[in-house]
Amino acid sequence: MIKFFLMYYEHVEINKPTLLETEVIKSCLSRSNEQYSFIEYKDFKLIYPENAALFIVVGVNDTENEMAIYEFIHNFVEVLDEYFSRVSELDIMFNLEKVHIILEEMVLNGCIVETNRARILAPPQILD
Amino acid sequence: KSKEAEIKRINKELANIRSKFKGDKALDGYSKKKYVCKLLFIFLLGHDIDFGHMEAVNLLSSNRYTEKQIGYLFISVLVNSNSELIRLINNAIKNDLASRNPTFMGLALHCIANVGSREMAEAFAGEIPKILVAGDTMDSVKQSAALCLLRLYRTSPDLVPMGDWTSRVVHLLNDQHLGVVTAATSLISTLAQKNPEEFKTSVSLAVSRLSRIVTSASTDLQDYTYYFVPAPWLSVKLLRLLQCYPPPDPAVRGRLTECLETILNKAQEPPKSKKVQHSNAKNAVLFEAISLIIHHDSEPNLLVRACNQLGQFLQHRETNLRYLALESMCTLASSEFSHEAVKTHIETVINALKTERDVSVRQRAVDLLYAMCDRSNAQQIVAEMLSYLETADYSIREEIVLKVAILAEKYAVDYTWYVDTILNLIRIAGDYVSEEVWYRVIQIVINRDDVQGYAAKTVFEALQAPACHENLVKVGGYILGEFGNLIAGDPRSSPLIQFDLLHSKFHLCSVPTRALLLSTYIKFVNLFPEVKTTIQDVLRSDSQLKNADVELQQRAVEYLRLSTVASTDILATVLEEMPPFPERESSILAKLKKKKGPSTVTDLEETKRERSADVNGGPEPAPASTSAASTPSPSADLLGLGATPPAPAAPPPSSGGLLVDVFSDSASSVAPLAPGSEDNFARFVCKNNGVLFENQLLQIGLKSEFRQNLGRMFIFYGNKTSTQFLNFTPTLICADDLQSNLNLQTKPVDPTVDGGAQVQQVVNIECVSDFTEAPVLNIQFRYGGTFQNVSVKLPITLNKFFQPTEMASQDFFQRWKQLSNPQQEVQNIFKAKHPMDTEITKAKIIGFGSALLEEVDPNPANFVGAGIIHTRNTQIGCLLRLEPNLQAQMYRLTLRTSKDTVSQRLCELLSEQF
Repeated sequence: MIKFFLMYYEHVEINKPTLLETEVIKSCLSRSNEQYSFIEYKDFKLIYPENAALFIVVGVNDTENEMAIYEFIHNFVEVLDEYFSRVSELDIMFNLEKVHIILEEMVLNGCIVETNRARILAPPQILD
Repeated sequence: KSKEAEIKRINKELANIRSKFKGDKALDGYSKKKYVCKLLFIFLLGHDIDFGHMEAVNLLSSNRYTEKQIGYLFISVLVNSNSELIRLINNAIKNDLASRNPTFMGLALHCIANVGSREMAEAFAGEIPKILVAGDTMDSVKQSAALCLLRLYRTSPDLVPMGDWTSRVVHLLNDQHLGVVTAATSLISTLAQKNPEEFKTSVSLAVSRLSRIVTSASTDLQDYTYYFVPAPWLSVKLLRLLQCYPPPDPAVRGRLTECLETILNKAQEPPKSKKVQHSNAKNAVLFEAISLIIHHDSEPNLLVRACNQLGQFLQHRETNLRYLALESMCTLASSEFSHEAVKTHIETVINALKTERDVSVRQRAVDLLYAMCDRSNAQQIVAEMLSYLETADYSIREEIVLKVAILAEKYAVDYTWYVDTILNLIRIAGDYVSEEVWYRVIQIVINRDDVQGYAAKTVFEALQAPACHENLVKVGGYILGEFGNLIAGDPRSSPLIQFDLLHSKFHLCSVPTRALLLSTYIKFVNLFPEVKTTIQDVLRSDSQLKNADVELQQRAVEYLRLSTVASTDILATVLEEMPPFPERESSILAKLKKKKGPSTVTDLEETKRERSADVNGGPEPAPASTSAASTPSPSADLLGLGATPPAPAAPPPSSGGLLVDVFSDSASSVAPLAPGSEDNFARFVCKNNGVLFENQLLQIGLKSEFRQNLGRMFIFYGNKTSTQFLNFTPTLICADDLQSNLNLQTKPVDPTVDGGAQVQQVVNIECVSDFTEAPVLNIQFRYGGTFQNVSVKLPITLNKFFQPTEMASQDFFQRWKQLSNPQQEVQNIFKAKHPMDTEITKAKIIGFGSALLEEVDPNPANFVGAGIIHTRNTQIGCLLRLEPNLQAQMYRLTLRTSKDTVSQRLCELLSEQF
């Protein structure tokens, strides 16, 4: 598994992310399919759905609805699917900035901004 | 490819980019963008980037979208809040915000939202609300502006004042565009938590918006419908917003109830799609609706329906749903309306405990069982938890132990059941049974005489097991020591058998347990005279009398002595049965609460404190040893456990001296004092120990000692409440001129002070030269939500460095004459403030530090004193004379010292005392 991009919506000290990431990835990988998808990690909940091709983990605090975020991740994958016509790891790797734009359209500052697929894809499509 | 190859490749590329940036040739926008983008990629791969920031900032002023976008992206990811580039960046952002080009505005807003530094807040906090509510702003820009404002509010709330714009933001909930509504709801939810009044109108708007969403046909909302669920994320956010407020007034409430019912109904309808996304989205809304129902806790009908819905989920095949259902049900169980409904699911939950594969889910099941427990089902639940405990994961055992202990006590109708349960706990998970738990069982047994015989019998039986946990030995030792006589009639548990049984465990136990057993033995001496010689032999053996452990040795010696010297009557009095403990809240409960909290370190502190609150007089004929040693025996602290002692009553005796003084002065010192009160300060001039300050929250006690020019002061901060003090920071402040005359050194104290706890701070003091002012002790802490700030003058005064000097009459007058220079003498004539009592006056002069010279002054009514003030630099001889005039109720005080400032200060200080 390759880690492609990361966004933090809370300030994290510059040297901490690497450590945090390793721990997060470790705790996610130790889960099996039968287990549930919400992992308590320190003060956070990690939400980690099993999507066939992509591994996406979202950490949230307790003010979020886990189920909603779970489905939001799926929505994100679908948006990527539509944009890249079936997204794969390589698409993300070589189009990092586009993925960022899409993510920024959907999430800003840790809050969901937009869930409408057509509107999310409008700005990146202008670019093309 | 290998890691080394990757690093090599990257270093090469970095060198290439660096040279491109440094080169003479100006790069065109495209290649600049290309290289900045490469740098970004390298950074995201996990390497440090230390250049290129300037080029990224340059890109911001480009007019091409892609270049600008990469520039902003680079800055959002790589520039931290304090960068020096912020000013340049701010300029670029300002231009873009003014550009009226929606895509550029969007980029600029995203950048502010991502960086969100204070400088940015200062620059844009005024601008953004205007953009947000302006009529002609594009929808997408509004969305960005809303969340941008949210970020600025989070980082610097003081820079985002509420104003006219708030009401217009609330109206964004009515916006046609659901994206705008989503963003606005996030913003309002956060703002409303701090400013509920300003955003009250959002409730009715949110309800009507929600109502329109849930009743809409699945096609109405076009792209905002997700797998046939209309706007699930927006619904969740609206429901979340409503949880910031209490139930709305009746008109709106009716409509809201309809919405919630619709959501609950939809859960029962056959799914519109087989896709998991459909049901997930639907359930997300459902769970949030249930949260709101629980939050309002006012509609019995809805609460019960919610409970039934969750009950269905408990058996759902999706683990996620089972987990969330268990979690929500826990909160439902505490509502009076739904408690009964929750209880009906007990079998399912117990089943979950047994069959779930995921430890977190099982943990939730335990939580729920605990929450739904009441008198009617306690026996069943406790039994199930006990049986689960045998196989439970190690990580949650301690918590289960605490829960079982609490439930067993709380719902015990029959205390024999309680005793059985706790002994089972110790048997099954002895290592996880904390001191609180076994202390508590002893407290309860001692307080209830109906269960004592049973308890003695049960522990006796439990001790028969070949291998039993040390905690059981402790409980057994204690209980048999108190109530062994109740079962001694039975030949199977005769005194000697009891003793042999306990003693067979003795050598396997740790020191504290052995100490406890020794106490049990001496109690046996009293209970069963027939085993006295056996026990004396044991005590007399080398392994006891010459034990390497001081505590054990001392106990053995003292108990042996006690058993030989004391008459039966005295033994019976000293070793009498323990008196009942005062009723108090269970300390286990406090422990469980604490366990849920973040602080585990303070836990230790707490137990230590309890431990030293050694007030158990009964089986301890060796108080001298416990207060002398800094670690009093843990067996002796049953009285002190758990409860928060009334603040002044039970601070540790190891800080003992203070206490004696506190009490002797309490009449005058307990009165609440204004911060920095002179009065209180003056009382410390002639004494070293006492209470310096006290209010409802905090008590500050002092204990100090001085020798020559050095001193040491112990400051005791007592938390009188049951809540933690956070960020507790005492600071010593010396005025400028004082700093050079007085050296104070101290270490910071632990920033959290637990409820009922006391912390100690030591200040080392050195007097460099004479001084007038006193240092100020400033204490700041957070109590509950409020910030507390207390300042008091710390009574370190010049006279503390007095050494008394005895001298004969002749010497005194000779020196008196030597100090006849007018600057050396200071005289003060003043009215008496207190009754003129000779003995008190004498005590005060001695307390002041000088020697009191008898038969020196020809007039016996006068007082004279002499002493030397020690400073690092010099020693200053001081003579004083106090002449009372009873008729006039006046005093004349004369001070002669070799230094005028010293005379002056000492005269001031002493004049205040009479």
